Amino acid sequence: MEDVKLGRRFFLQSGGTAAVAMGAAVIPIHNANAAAPAAAGSMALPYPKKAVGIVNKMPLNQAVAFNYPDASSPCYAIRMGSAVPGGVGPNGDIVAYSSLCTHMGCPVAYDGDSRIFKCNCHFSMFDPERNGQMICGQATENLPQIKLEYDPKTDSVHAAGVDGLIYGRQSNIL
Amino acid sequence: MSTTINDRIALPPAKAQKSNMTCHFCIVGCGYHVYKWDANTEGGRAASQNALGLDFTRQVPPMAITMTKAMTNTITDKAGKRWNIMIVPDKGCVVNSGLSSTRGGKMASYMYAHDGMTKDRLKTPRIYRGDQWFDTGWDHAMALYAGLTKKILDKDGPDGLFYDCFDHGGAGGGFENTWGTGKLMFSALQTPMVRIHNRPAYNSECHATRDMGVGELNNSYEDAQLADTIICTGANPYETQSNYFLNHWVPNLNGSSVDKKKKRFPGETAEAAKVIIVDPRRTATVAICEQVAGKANVLHLDIEPGSDTALFNTLFTYVVAQGWHDKDFIAKHTSGFDAAVKTNQMSLEDGSKATGISISKLKQTAEWAYKPKASGHRPRTFHAYEKGIIWGNDNYVIQSALVGLVLATQNVGRRGTGVCRLGGHQEGYTRPPYPGDKKIYIDQEVMNGKGLMYTLWGTNPFQTTLNAEQHRVALRRRVRIVNEAIAGAKGASTAELIDVIYDACKNKGGMFVASMNLYATTIAEDCHLMFPAAQPGEINLTSMNGERRLRLSEKFMDAPGTAKADCLIAADIANALKALYRGEGNAAMAKRFDGFEWKTEEDAFNDGFRRAGRPGVGPIDSQGGDTGYLATYALLRKAGNNGVQLPIKRVDGDKLIGTEIHYDDGKFDTKDGRATFKPAPWNGLPQTVAEQKAKHKYWINGGRANEVWQTAYHDQYNSFVRDRVPMAFIEMNPGDASQLGVSGGDVVEVFNDFGSTYAMAYPLKSIKAGQTFMLFGYIKGVHGDVVTNWVDRNVVPYYKGTWGSIRRVGSVDDYKSTISLKDRRFA
Repeated sequence: MEDVKLGRRFFLQSGGTAAVAMGAAVIPIHNANAAAPAAAGSMALPYPKKAVGIVNKMPLNQAVAFNYPDASSPCYAIRMGSAVPGGVGPNGDIVAYSSLCTHMGCPVAYDGDSRIFKCNCHFSMFDPERNGQMICGQATENLPQIKLEYDPKTDSVHAAGVDGLIYGRQSNIL
Repeated sequence: MSTTINDRIALPPAKAQKSNMTCHFCIVGCGYHVYKWDANTEGGRAASQNALGLDFTRQVPPMAITMTKAMTNTITDKAGKRWNIMIVPDKGCVVNSGLSSTRGGKMASYMYAHDGMTKDRLKTPRIYRGDQWFDTGWDHAMALYAGLTKKILDKDGPDGLFYDCFDHGGAGGGFENTWGTGKLMFSALQTPMVRIHNRPAYNSECHATRDMGVGELNNSYEDAQLADTIICTGANPYETQSNYFLNHWVPNLNGSSVDKKKKRFPGETAEAAKVIIVDPRRTATVAICEQVAGKANVLHLDIEPGSDTALFNTLFTYVVAQGWHDKDFIAKHTSGFDAAVKTNQMSLEDGSKATGISISKLKQTAEWAYKPKASGHRPRTFHAYEKGIIWGNDNYVIQSALVGLVLATQNVGRRGTGVCRLGGHQEGYTRPPYPGDKKIYIDQEVMNGKGLMYTLWGTNPFQTTLNAEQHRVALRRRVRIVNEAIAGAKGASTAELIDVIYDACKNKGGMFVASMNLYATTIAEDCHLMFPAAQPGEINLTSMNGERRLRLSEKFMDAPGTAKADCLIAADIANALKALYRGEGNAAMAKRFDGFEWKTEEDAFNDGFRRAGRPGVGPIDSQGGDTGYLATYALLRKAGNNGVQLPIKRVDGDKLIGTEIHYDDGKFDTKDGRATFKPAPWNGLPQTVAEQKAKHKYWINGGRANEVWQTAYHDQYNSFVRDRVPMAFIEMNPGDASQLGVSGGDVVEVFNDFGSTYAMAYPLKSIKAGQTFMLFGYIKGVHGDVVTNWVDRNVVPYYKGTWGSIRRVGSVDDYKSTISLKDRRFA
């Protein structure tokens, strides 16, 4: 028993070298969280930059539909009216999210009265003013937040990345 | 660029190893598939290149799968080899049909990874010395545990050995482990000083219904699709039996099972179901039922807390007066009806006064549930209940009243009916008979200085008992007496240490505490010895769900370090004691510890569950009935995630044939086969509780929330849960909050004469004035601290019935800026 324990500790502390030396294991190259190919020298997927809207033309507290990072990934941008976590724009109040529920991919609807994203399939709810946090529901992930950039020169907002995995994808970039 | 990658996951290759897993957590026991593959490989995006058979080169359509990062992990086996795992719901499982809940969907995250979320799992026994925990080997830990146990057993008898032990299925339970622990406690040690994980005595949550001849799990999940009406009392299935609700109730509420009903019951009126929810609180389930069925088909009976018995007696009396009871069934298959009509009599006026429900709503309830349908047939009404009754105002009496109403209207033993608890954990009980003839209030014994050694087996009474603060304070005082004694025993051998500990317990009021668990948990604050346990997937384990569906969860990975199944820990203890008695030539005592020569969980299954029905064996209490011997691991592997509904009727070839519903033959579990009505007069609140109500303004209801599983033993390490629930939240009425100067995210103190705790305020408009709902059993903010010490005749607590005062403590800026405090009710 003691030998086994020593062996295990040795393994864990020594990492891949010991594993190869003993011929019992392989050096981990792919794990569940780093599977898709990224360009050498980058941790990032090649996200496109895409216009979302002009700030002074965005209605207050209404979901503006757009697609990102490609045509089959529907998203909503909302100008909340006051600064929120992850918000951009002159008031830090513009956020955007994938509109596919992370549970089973049904489209979420934005309810402006309660300021909540709601999924009618299994009743999950997400808060756009708290980084897409699940309020109650069956999902295991918050709603993926679209990374936005604001350009004060043109008063425009662009999408430039996604924080979280979009439903129904192995990788956010198809 | 973030160094954390959360926008991609690895797919299982087409040839990935695949095994079956029943969800670790709630009673529903959803079927999942585990995929495991070399971490150096991954599946491709083409449907033919991955084990899921889905085309990921394009957007996968809605409802095709649930597949999130939480459903994956990278683990390391004992040889150091790395594997990827993915655990996704099984579309072929009749329980969940491919649905995944927010709890089960996190299983992969919660499997052991030395460099992952679960890195704090116990890997080796630990001992508390001085002021620190130290890893130690099994030999040392077991020598201490068995040596002290023997000394107490020899000198003080089994009454000195206290246990708090699980009695359920799923993770931290299962037939193998209830048997292993039960055989140790009841046959070998023969101690009656045992309580169960969530209550302070060795008792059932369902004494009354069993005494009436009606087991509490008597229908199939499919019956919820077939019912005309569902009456759901003291339960919130969207949050606590999620996929049972979504996969079996919702199709009936939205009318999609009407064709099925027409086929099953030709000639009967068949419509979308109506639902009646009895709960003082407007729950998530109420809100969602209204969405699905339409408000016109939902009745929310928001009764006064603790008035359930009055409600059922009123309905019983009204139904009998209308002649809607089943006279023929009552005459042929029951006894005690006439007496119950007298003892349980309650007029609509009195019932309305006691429950706060209008007479018209009471009548409407009776019409929906018991009035003959347009076709002239008696309605098929399914009565579901859970902790609102079980932890309600006199468990025994409420159940008696409810089951009486059910029997009078023959709403058990027919398809589309049933009177069933909805359940917490899965079930999985197989034990020798309890070696005692009365219920012992173990918490009180601990507080009164009784007992010398206390083993907490997969349990946590610090977070999940009643009168918890006083219990914790008393136990802590006793634990620290032992700590001081141990600290003084410098350089002591194990034998000497046992003498020192024994002296501290026997003569100085101390108590030695040991814990078997996955993690150290909050128990580590007051404990002396810990043993590492394993969970399904790391071991093979069988359990049954709320429709008695037995499945085998298959081992697919190594347990952390030297952690092992609870049944094998029990066997280690028994074998160590046997060796000690043999060593001193005490053959008679050594013999008590015979029969623990198990190498695997399957050995324990064969010795326990499969003992039932074998000729020549002693009595056994088993949820497998007397045909347990028919089940084998091999047959259960073949049966997969659909398993078999217990009891098993027979084996056809390699197929296990089970039992869909109970009592369809009109024979109940009594000596004469007749179900028995019980008197159930409504007596108001118990005095202890009424006193708190008179002194304190707020009803402090408590219960579970969807995203937190029980004591948060895993969830506390998961930012998805912990970021949202950093401490127990308390839902309260916005007007009350305003009066108290409390806003959402503030920390409040909740207190009464029994104890005090803190919680995070969560004002919700759906909570009535004067009422609250606090998350129970949490790591920070223990609802049980303010629950009174009152119990019913069987020492079943009234966790739901306590009143307290609330005051604002302060604000935590981080809570206010990061936690959503928006309405948790879907509307």
